[in-house]
Amino acid sequence: MELADVWFCVIAVLWLGYIFLEGFDFGVGMLLPVLAKDNTERRVMINTIGPVWDGNEVWLLVAGGATFAAFPGWYASLFSGTYIPLVLFLVALIGRGVAFEYRGKVDSDRWRRTWDRIITGGSLVAAIGVGLLISTTVFGLPLDGNGNRVGSPFAAITAESLLGAVALVGFALVHGAVFIALKTDGDIRHRARAFASRVGPWALLPLAGLLVLVQLHSGAWWTWAAVAVVLVAAALAFERLSAVREGQAFAALGVAVVATVVALFGALYPNVLPSTLDPAYSLTVADTASSPYTLKVMSWVALFGTPAVLVYQGWTYWVFRKRVSTAHIPPVHVP
Amino acid sequence: MDVLELARWQFGITTVYHFLMVPLTIGLAVLVAGMQTAWVRTGHEKYLRMTKFWGKLLLVNFAMGVVTGIVQEFQFGMAWSEYSRFVGDVFGAPLAMEGLVAFFVESTFLGLWIFGWDRLPKRVHLACAWAFSLATIASAYFILAANSWMQHPVGVELVDGKPRLTSIWAVLTNNTALAAIPHTVAGCFAVAGAFLVGIGGWHLWRRRDDDGPVWRASVRYGGWVGVVAFSALAITGDVQGKLMFEQQPMKMAAAEALCHTEQPASFSIFAIGDVTRPDCENVKSITVPALLSFLAHNDFNSEVRGIEDLVQEYRDRYGANYPVDDRLGELSGKPIDYVPNLPVTYWGFRLMIGFGALAALAAVGVLWVTRRGRIPRGKWFPIAVLGGIATPFLANSFGWIFTEMGRQPFVVVPNPSGVDGVWMFTARGVSGLTTGEVWTSLIALTLVYGALAVVEVFLIAKYVRGGVAGVMPPKPPDKTDDDQLAFAY
Repeated sequence: MELADVWFCVIAVLWLGYIFLEGFDFGVGMLLPVLAKDNTERRVMINTIGPVWDGNEVWLLVAGGATFAAFPGWYASLFSGTYIPLVLFLVALIGRGVAFEYRGKVDSDRWRRTWDRIITGGSLVAAIGVGLLISTTVFGLPLDGNGNRVGSPFAAITAESLLGAVALVGFALVHGAVFIALKTDGDIRHRARAFASRVGPWALLPLAGLLVLVQLHSGAWWTWAAVAVVLVAAALAFERLSAVREGQAFAALGVAVVATVVALFGALYPNVLPSTLDPAYSLTVADTASSPYTLKVMSWVALFGTPAVLVYQGWTYWVFRKRVSTAHIPPVHVP
Repeated sequence: MDVLELARWQFGITTVYHFLMVPLTIGLAVLVAGMQTAWVRTGHEKYLRMTKFWGKLLLVNFAMGVVTGIVQEFQFGMAWSEYSRFVGDVFGAPLAMEGLVAFFVESTFLGLWIFGWDRLPKRVHLACAWAFSLATIASAYFILAANSWMQHPVGVELVDGKPRLTSIWAVLTNNTALAAIPHTVAGCFAVAGAFLVGIGGWHLWRRRDDDGPVWRASVRYGGWVGVVAFSALAITGDVQGKLMFEQQPMKMAAAEALCHTEQPASFSIFAIGDVTRPDCENVKSITVPALLSFLAHNDFNSEVRGIEDLVQEYRDRYGANYPVDDRLGELSGKPIDYVPNLPVTYWGFRLMIGFGALAALAAVGVLWVTRRGRIPRGKWFPIAVLGGIATPFLANSFGWIFTEMGRQPFVVVPNPSGVDGVWMFTARGVSGLTTGEVWTSLIALTLVYGALAVVEVFLIAKYVRGGVAGVMPPKPPDKTDDDQLAFAY
């Protein structure tokens, strides 16, 4: 296995971390108007991700930065080829990011309502963006021989990429609801669990559809196996949820995310971004990879950096492991 | 406007905007960690109140710095894909390192710091503040190492027409970066110092609350930080300038609008008239004889090369015309203009120094008028200190505008003593997008940024007016609700 192949796996792992972690952040944001009945409950929901959402988002930045460093051609073609969707994605991330910080800073219902809408809308659009981006990566773009997108600015909007967007939104809803059930106590916990059990199986259907479609498009026997793992893990998650074991349900969903990423990136390999015009124009691991020296440098950095990240991010989750309930929420205090 | 111009405007607007939040975050983070250290060590309530108050303003600002930073990282691939392909083997590494080594630490430990009050042991909580604030400086280091490589490419060989990394060590210890980093970080502390002086000074002057000691300590702290920061800025600026004369002579000639080679060269303080070429012949300039020679080479009698000489040399080395290539648009086959935008570089350089000097004077002045327990009473004082907050921000922005506009028409400037062929014209770096796409993003981002600027200033003003009481909820007398979070969104 070449170092470039290792880095393909590293990029997949970074996306895995991002989808797993920010998946529930997006879900919490989208479910804000669904699960919470009043401002205190909304604050309970937001505070389950309060200390961690920013650290979760760094996985995206590192995925982007690592793609730039290890596969400049992939980074350049994908990001310029999906320009308009990415702009919307970025605006959504900007909006929801500041909204978490700013919503409680003025004691007015109108103020909070505005930022709540931005959190919900921003989470929805950002989830759509991630789904679109990943689906586009797997199914490809109309690239010419130089790796540049030809055709319309909306070339990335296809039936497949829209299915990817819906799949990620559906997954984030389930993941977020299970996370809320895991991290809160009181009425909201039960509401979240009920939501996940009732809506969950339907919400994961688009993901199942996407995975099957990808395998039909470019699957191998072991990526088909990964799809099977996704389905089993998801079924297990719902079973554990009905047994009121939210932690185990959440872990099962985690396994489903791992298998999902294996199924998608496994089907993509050895391409990194196929061309829909001509397979000869498809970008591959081998021809977009940086030099062996750069990859070696980055490997050392990742080898020491990643375990440290996992340790201190894990510690954060340990520090804030207690369930949040309405009793924990202090009264609003603003100048 | 074509895609190139739009993409440049977009990069300029988003970067200058991002760099309004960044220096305040970096400077204030370290200063707040210092305040908290003072509290942990002395147990004085005053320092706790300082930590809480300035820490809150830090958070309001940090959120904006984070979200605008994501745009920066994505923008290279989105709007500058040819650039990304060209430099990816080198430039991506420091960016990825920034994320993996610095930004993860920043955002994780900031979360721990915000929500960890009363939950983590005091010293562990303090360690989180230091981890966060030192990581912001580490971020600055990696980003500036990447930027410095564009100003002065090192550690590479040329393979298949593209730079290939041969030594990451050379990139991370690029002398351009080692000069730029202390200069930029000092600029961050200048911003934070002026922020403490301005807001603390206003409260001190108002005497509306019982936190006089908090405000006095903040003003004195900010004033001293300012004085030290500006001394460092002057020294590191001089070092940077000398390197630039050597590495990017055109940028420095443009900073002076120096048309002809001079020996000795005089330093222009102020110009009357239009510094745009070819009119620079007619500019009346107030100059200090021989000073530019000294700034360039530590020698009052040395030769400093002018624009016209340099243009000739650049034409010989890097070509007189752009290649004929559709992707260059209007520039295809046209003569290359090697002279940066002179009014911008000339005035940008002077405004950077001017606003910096003004801010330095303000820091010294404020230490003088608040010496030994004095509180200024004049109406001028709040106006001066609050207005003073803007000066280091402006100096930073003009400094960056100068240094980035001064390297045009290159996006990767040729290193005079480096590997031949490792350079790139800005016009070649842009993505093959439609103008409609870039207009869309330019308008969307500018509108969002504009709206958020209003919100941030409104919130900062609100928390500033609220004083310390606004950020420290009164502790309930009974201990019944021990369960409540010390901090919650």
